[in-house]
Amino acid sequence: MTMPPDLRDRLPVLLPFRLCRSKTQHRLGAGSGALLCVSLVLFAATASAQAGRVVPSTLQVIAKWAPLLLTGFAFNILISAFAMLLGTITGLGLGLGLLSELRPIRQVSWALTQIFRNAPWLVLLFFVMFLVPFQITIFNVRIPFPDWVKATVGFALPVMANVAEVVRGAVKSLPSTQWEAAEALAFTRRQTMWRIILPQCIKRMLPPWMNIYSLVTMSTVLASIVGVSEMLTLTAQVHAAEGGRPELFAPLYGFALLCFFLYCYPINLWTAQLERRFQTR
Amino acid sequence: MTAAWTADQPMVKCTDVRKSFGAFEVLKGISLSVRKGEVICIIGPSGSGKSTLIRCINALVPITSGTIHVEGIDVTDPQLDKLALRRKVGMVFQQYNLFPHKTALQNVMMAPLHVLRQEKGAVEERSRALLAKVRLAGKEDSYPGELSGGQQQRVAIARSLAMRPDVMLFDEVTAALDPETVKEVLVTIRELVEEGMTCMLVTHEMGFAREVADQIYFTDHGVIVEHGPPATFFTEARDERTRQFLSQIL
Repeated sequence: MTMPPDLRDRLPVLLPFRLCRSKTQHRLGAGSGALLCVSLVLFAATASAQAGRVVPSTLQVIAKWAPLLLTGFAFNILISAFAMLLGTITGLGLGLGLLSELRPIRQVSWALTQIFRNAPWLVLLFFVMFLVPFQITIFNVRIPFPDWVKATVGFALPVMANVAEVVRGAVKSLPSTQWEAAEALAFTRRQTMWRIILPQCIKRMLPPWMNIYSLVTMSTVLASIVGVSEMLTLTAQVHAAEGGRPELFAPLYGFALLCFFLYCYPINLWTAQLERRFQTR
Repeated sequence: MTAAWTADQPMVKCTDVRKSFGAFEVLKGISLSVRKGEVICIIGPSGSGKSTLIRCINALVPITSGTIHVEGIDVTDPQLDKLALRRKVGMVFQQYNLFPHKTALQNVMMAPLHVLRQEKGAVEERSRALLAKVRLAGKEDSYPGELSGGQQQRVAIARSLAMRPDVMLFDEVTAALDPETVKEVLVTIRELVEEGMTCMLVTHEMGFAREVADQIYFTDHGVIVEHGPPATFFTEARDERTRQFLSQIL
C-alpha cells in the first residue's frame, strides 16, 4: 500500500533502536569515574552536614562500621570468585557439550544452557537455596552446605550457561580451515579441540568472560535476600544498629555502591581495553 | 586389503569417483592412478572439482560412490581408520592454515609429538632440519603472523613433511601468494619431487606443471577430459575444451 508523501511525513514512526549509536561508544573515562567517586563522597558529606551535632556525623558512622562492611564486601568478592570458578569449569564442559558430535549430548547441553541463561538469577538463587539441603551425609561423613556455599552454587548456574555460550561462540568463530588442517595432520577431534582450537579461543573469550564476572560480582548482593551476611545485609543491619536514622540511609548504601563501583569499574575498563586491542588485530 | 598392497601397485587409485553436494554433482566419475614416486598435476578451470578430488583422497570429503585406495587402504570403507590414512597422506592448503598461536617450529613439531607420540628431542631436531630444508632456518621462533605468505606456505610444507607421509597433496598452494613468493614455494616442491616424493598437485602454474609432472590431468565439469605426459599434453591436446583452456592460460 502506498500513501501520499505529505501524509507519510505526519505519521509518527518508531525509529529503530540502536545499541551503539556511534562508533565511539560513550564510556566513562577514568577522569569522569573519579569525578563520580568524589561526588559520592560529597553527597555523603552533605548529608552529614545536614545532620544535627548531637549525634555522630555520617562520616564517623561510616568510618566506625567500615571494617565490618568491608568484611561483608570481601565476602561478596569471595562468593563471586568461587561462583565464577565453578561456573567457568562447568560452563567449559557445557560449551563443549554444545559442540559435541553426538546429537543427544548436544541437545541436553542446549536445553541446560537455555534454561539457565533465560531464568532470572534471583529465581535460580531461590531454587538452589531451598532445594539443596543444608547438609549431606555420605557414609557417616557430614558435609555441611552453609548458605553462602549454596548462594555460590546459585550464582554459578547462570555463569555456567553464559560461559557455555561464550565458549560455543568463540569456537564457532574460528575459521573451519583450522579444523581441516588439524584433521589432515591426523589429529583426533579431542586433540584438535584442546591443542589447536581452544588455545586460540582464549583471547576471544576473555573480554566476554570478564564481563560476566563483573555482572556476577554485582549480582552477589542478591544473596542478601536469602540471608547471606554479605555487604548489603550488613549495611541494613548497621543502619538498624544506628537507630535507623533516615539521613544515614543514603551514605551507608552509597558506601556500598562506591565499593562495588571501585571494584567493577576497573574490570570494565580493562575489558574494553582488551576488546579494542583484539579488534585491531 | 592393506596387506595385499605392494610398491609396484599404484599408490593412489581412484575408480569412478563421484561426489555430489546436494543435487550438484561435482565429480562425475573420476578414475586415475598414481604410482610411487610419480608426480601428477591436475589442471582445469575453477569449479571443475579439482580441489574436491584432492580432498577426497585423505577423506576430508566423503565421496558419494566409487572407490579410492591409498596404499591399499580403502578410503570408502565405513570402518576406515582415518587417522592411519592421514598419517600416510600429507596435505598443503591454499591458505596455508598454520596454527597462529604456535611458532613455526611448534607448528612443525605438533603432529609428530602428539599424533605419532615421538620423543621430543628427536622431533625437534628433525623439525629444525625440515625448516632449514625449506630455507627457513632462523625463523623457527617466528609466529605465522610475522611471516610472509611464501614463508608460511613453506612452514606448512615442512609441517606436513614432519609426519613422513608417503604421498603429498598440494591444493593450489601458490594461488594465494604474491607472484614474487610463488617461486620460493615452487622451488621447495621441486626439491621434494627430485627426492622421489609421490605428489598430487592441483595447480594453475602451467610452466611448473610442465616441468615437474609425469602426468597431467585436465578436468572440466567433474570429469577428466584428457591426460597425458606434459611433452604431449601441452602440444598435442586432442580435446577442444583442453585446447581452449590452454590457449587462454598459456
